[in-house]
Amino acid sequence: MSIEQEVEALKNIPLFTNIEPSRLKLMAFASERLIFKAGQELFHQGDAGDAAYIFIDGDADVIVDTDDGPLVVANFGKNEFVGEIAILCDVPRTATIKAKSELTTLKITKELFFNMVMDFPEMGVEVMRVLAHRIDKTTSQLTEARNAISEKS
Amino acid sequence: MEPQLFKYIWKHSKKDQVRILFLVLASMPFYFLSLDLPKSIINKAVNSENFAGFNSTLPFMRFELPFGEEIFGRTVILFEGFDLSQLVLLLALCLSFLSLVLVNGVFKFVINTLKGRLGERMLRRLRYELADRILRFPVLHSRRIKQAEIATMIKDEVEPLGGFIGDSIVTPFFLGGQALTAMIFIMVQSFWLGLVAMSIVLVQAFVIPRLRKRILTLGRQRQVTARALAGRVSELVGGAVEIQAHDTSNYERAEISHRLGKIFKIRYEIYQRKFFVKFLNNLLAQITPFIFYLGGGYLVITGQFEIGTLVAVLAAYKDLPPPVKDLINWDQQRNDVQIKYEQVVEQFQPMGMIDPDKQVLEEGNNEVLKGDVVASSLTLIDESENKLLDGVSFSFGVNQRVAVVGNASSGKEYLGLLLANLVKSTSGSVKISNKSLEQLPSAITGRRLSYVGQDAYLFPLSVMDNLFYGLRNWMVNDSPHDTATKDEALRDRQEAARTGNTILNPMGEWVDYKSAGIDDPVQLVPRVTDVLRNVDLEEDVYRFGLSGIVDIESRPDIAESILGAREALKEHLKSIGAEDLVNAFDPESYNKNATLRENLLFGTPRNSDYAGDNLLAMPILREAVAEAELRDSIYNMGLSIARTMVELFTGLPPTHPFFEQFSFISADDLPEFDMIVKRADKSSFSDISISDREALMHLPFDYVEARHRLGLVTEEVEVKILTARKLLAEKLEERDPEAVEFYDPERFNSAASIQDNILFGRLAYGRAEAGETIGHVMTELLDDLGLRSDVIEVGLSYNVGVGGNRLSAVQRQKLALGRALIKKPDLLILNEAAAVMDSQSQNKLVPSIMEAQGEQGIVWTLQRAELSRHFQYIIVMQNGRIVESGTYNELNVEGKVLKSLIAAE
Repeated sequence: MSIEQEVEALKNIPLFTNIEPSRLKLMAFASERLIFKAGQELFHQGDAGDAAYIFIDGDADVIVDTDDGPLVVANFGKNEFVGEIAILCDVPRTATIKAKSELTTLKITKELFFNMVMDFPEMGVEVMRVLAHRIDKTTSQLTEARNAISEKS
Repeated sequence: MEPQLFKYIWKHSKKDQVRILFLVLASMPFYFLSLDLPKSIINKAVNSENFAGFNSTLPFMRFELPFGEEIFGRTVILFEGFDLSQLVLLLALCLSFLSLVLVNGVFKFVINTLKGRLGERMLRRLRYELADRILRFPVLHSRRIKQAEIATMIKDEVEPLGGFIGDSIVTPFFLGGQALTAMIFIMVQSFWLGLVAMSIVLVQAFVIPRLRKRILTLGRQRQVTARALAGRVSELVGGAVEIQAHDTSNYERAEISHRLGKIFKIRYEIYQRKFFVKFLNNLLAQITPFIFYLGGGYLVITGQFEIGTLVAVLAAYKDLPPPVKDLINWDQQRNDVQIKYEQVVEQFQPMGMIDPDKQVLEEGNNEVLKGDVVASSLTLIDESENKLLDGVSFSFGVNQRVAVVGNASSGKEYLGLLLANLVKSTSGSVKISNKSLEQLPSAITGRRLSYVGQDAYLFPLSVMDNLFYGLRNWMVNDSPHDTATKDEALRDRQEAARTGNTILNPMGEWVDYKSAGIDDPVQLVPRVTDVLRNVDLEEDVYRFGLSGIVDIESRPDIAESILGAREALKEHLKSIGAEDLVNAFDPESYNKNATLRENLLFGTPRNSDYAGDNLLAMPILREAVAEAELRDSIYNMGLSIARTMVELFTGLPPTHPFFEQFSFISADDLPEFDMIVKRADKSSFSDISISDREALMHLPFDYVEARHRLGLVTEEVEVKILTARKLLAEKLEERDPEAVEFYDPERFNSAASIQDNILFGRLAYGRAEAGETIGHVMTELLDDLGLRSDVIEVGLSYNVGVGGNRLSAVQRQKLALGRALIKKPDLLILNEAAAVMDSQSQNKLVPSIMEAQGEQGIVWTLQRAELSRHFQYIIVMQNGRIVESGTYNELNVEGKVLKSLIAAE
């Protein structure tokens, strides 16, 4: 797979849709393509975060440690962007990501990510937008959950 | 050393000086004869007046007794000579002239050679003596001196002495004799004019040295300032990190400039004065003829003097100034080297030099130290009258484990140095088995004791040589000589002995393996590995071994095993389904994880002409690329790369880290390539200029398809590259077969590291945890195949670099500990030797070294008081005194100093 295909993959990620293709190409060029075999972990819950990953092909499980043992909470596939929280705010990984099939990713190191955001502020704005959407979604989910609990009681 | 240079020269070279003097005297008659002969040729042979007819003859080689007429009243003929006709006489005289020229030439040659040899011998002796003195400097003094300054002294400052010494005694005799002869000649002609000439020479001899006094002082200053400059320059290198980190480069510039200015001033003043002296000298020399002309002329005119006498005086005077001038020059040179000598010698006489008798070579193993170490009222006072140690007394068994604790100003460091006999106490004494430590020769203190300080020095040798450095105490065996080199070696030894140098051969066998408990060469590696394990350095040396190169000549067995490991690795990776982690080298296919350069050369360069960017300039590569019709493809790759780079990187600031990390083109060159790409896009291929083409074609050689992912190496290009690879190999095989060792799956690559030989390929880019996985697998494999000790053996030949700079500080210290352990000392003295390590490593190291030391004793001055729990006896120090001592349990209680020291950590 060449860099052009990676740029195509990046374009399909909501976070990057509004960013100029030449910037995406630079990001693709500067990042490492990393292939994980099924069963390999991208990172483990509690690890220090040093990179985020963009899924180009394949899928992975998101696993959270619970009192009853590991629990798969979600499955991410193509065009997903994971691990960005840990590199943005220096918190340990909040979940484990484990490849379910052979998974091709672009590894965006913390350094690269910040370099890109610094140099191309439009990317920073885009990141903000995506995160804000996420908060909005989470808040509404929380409200729903609260309502559900109060109805139950 | 002799404070006066002449005393030193006379003491060590009088025989040679006298011999040369005699040779010079012996050469004199021949010299004068050769001056006299041209006159005879003209006056006797050429001048026809002497010959009445064609057949008349004159005697040749007729010798008369000089002054015979005056003594005996008649001419006394010693040898009648031969009667020769004019032409034969001319021939005979000319031939005599030629032979005299030859004889003079030979004399000159022999005398100059002897002088040169004498000077060089004295220089060798002087340098050796100075170096010998450095080896006997007390260590506290060595810490204070600047290495560059002391090195300049031995290297440069004594150098002119060698040239001077050969002339030091012969020249004044020779020139003095010449001047005296000329003087007597003048005196004989006219006493009064002679007196005038003499008085002017005396004025010269009186005034000039007086004027030179200031020059000599300046010369001394010049030497000191230049030496200080050398010291400062070495500081610029030594303090490079600090200078850059603190941005003090401008201050340093100012400092250097100031020094140079000072040196300039001194040197300029020397020139001014030197040329003034020269001017005066010439003036005085010219005043004599002035007086001769004026006074002599007056006397002639007034009829008191005959004109013939004046001419004779003037002729005789002509011979006077040159030797006088040369004598004055000689005197100046003498003063100059005398200053140099004094200035150098002065620096090599520190207080407390080690007595040479203590370092006298002593053969055979020495007695084991037993009994007790007893210190009684040890006091150490430094130059500024600080009491570093104050009345320290203690006693413990040589085989005990003793810890010395205290804070930084407690003086524990000095106690360690004193115990190792590296520093002498101001008063008080240390006795080991009832013998005073200071009285013991270094053959005992340096072998039965072992010392490691805080920041141990390593020599730029291999790990192995550093480890055994402490066992190079004396030459066990001379290196074997065959008959051809035997005489040469004997001559070298005699020459060394003649100049007071040691006759020991550094190439001989020096390491005393028996002292390390190695009686048989097979025990060497296991014993070394044990010691490395004791100091926790085994893993490091193992890694050096992995990236080290096997000497296939001496260890074909290792090479064979490594080849087996290559096969085994492949099998193993296949069995765990990880064969995709390595992209193996296959002569028949393109390796997408390797650079284009590697794919073309397909081997490890042995000759640096084929390494790195040098390869691109090799005509042989160009030919192969052209013949494989690869030129266009490489050009197109270069153009694509340039285009992509311009697209990606334009607009980024030139200092952006991406340029360093990812770009094929530096920020400075980017605009240039932007232009090239635009030109290339506009015109057809054939119109592109050669320089543009060259620039583009240099780009793709570091391109790795799997890493950079620009999709440039298509199947068609691959085929061409493989063809070029084959062509290049054929050409190399034919023209430069030793230059490159090609990748061959069946053969060990003797130019590549063990690791590369086992891997035999490139790690695949983009495979998660490829490096870690391969590392684990490789280690396991080598262990299973029993190759671990072989890899360590290769690692032992790793060169540690200057001052050990290829090792980390911790590794250096560990190696120094190994060096101290391997000689099995009776008492191991460690002076905060583990201070550079983190506390976890220290916790591990202390018991490990204790175990290695076995029954023998240890004195360890600890940086962390807590570690003293491992020791049998603890000495606690404060402000140069012992405040308490005892076992850990006794001292680790409330109210004791040790407890508070531990609590403070």
